[in-house]
Amino acid sequence: MITLEEVRRRAEADAKTYGYYLTPQPDLLRGFFEGLKTNEDRYGYPLCPCRLASGNFEYDRDIICPCDYRDPDIAQYGSCYCRLYVNKQVYESQNLPEVPERRPPEKMARAYETQAAPAKQAHAGEAQEAEKAKPMVKKKLWYCKQCGYVVFREDPPYVCPICKAKRELFAEIDSAVEFNG
Amino acid sequence: MNISKVSGKNKKHKVFLYALSTCVWCKLTKQYLIDSNIEYEYVDVDLADEKDKQKIRDTIQSKGGMLSYPTTIVDDKVVITGFRKDKLNEALEL
Repeated sequence: MITLEEVRRRAEADAKTYGYYLTPQPDLLRGFFEGLKTNEDRYGYPLCPCRLASGNFEYDRDIICPCDYRDPDIAQYGSCYCRLYVNKQVYESQNLPEVPERRPPEKMARAYETQAAPAKQAHAGEAQEAEKAKPMVKKKLWYCKQCGYVVFREDPPYVCPICKAKRELFAEIDSAVEFNG
Repeated sequence: MNISKVSGKNKKHKVFLYALSTCVWCKLTKQYLIDSNIEYEYVDVDLADEKDKQKIRDTIQSKGGMLSYPTTIVDDKVVITGFRKDKLNEALEL
């Protein structure tokens, strides 16, 4: 079980790293931390408290906080979808903007699929069963043409976490290597 | 489906809220409806079972809503996505 204090520390450290701020309203902030803690206790990862989980890590990967959409949302609206992370301008004005959902509908739909169910991490004896339940997410290797950062995921990131290059600067690596897991 | 009903003096409109138990904006919507004395029903979608989740998805989509929470449906036709006091006030004549 993670504590609220750990959730807070992690969010503060992440905001600092990326030059963001946490929402300026203390009641909201506490609510976000409680939601993140509940989700981490429930699913094993800090899923976005404002979105519906499938309970399946591969399906939920893009909405684990900080989600894939945070950086482009802050760049465009000054705030993430939840309004947990904001930029300096929003922090100082205290006016939280409306942020539309950037997550593609086809990914949102996965939370309602029947096979998305098994939420627990696979233990040794359950490995075979977990293999059957593994969702069909096709992961690929992507590299950032600007800095060389490599990531093994379904889609390339919206923004390179290393050099901040845009998604358009990512290219797929054509690899013959087989990856399991 | 585990639907909760919250009593209120104002029963002029049928109000149904699709919420997440972890979501701050859903909690604020619930509280705003309570503070406005609106009678409403809600379901916490993250706590629903799979079959109910699919029914909820079909219902929201059939009314033209997005799968974002909170989603408030007033009188089975007006769909309000997010905690939008202005839109709630308009639909509920507050």
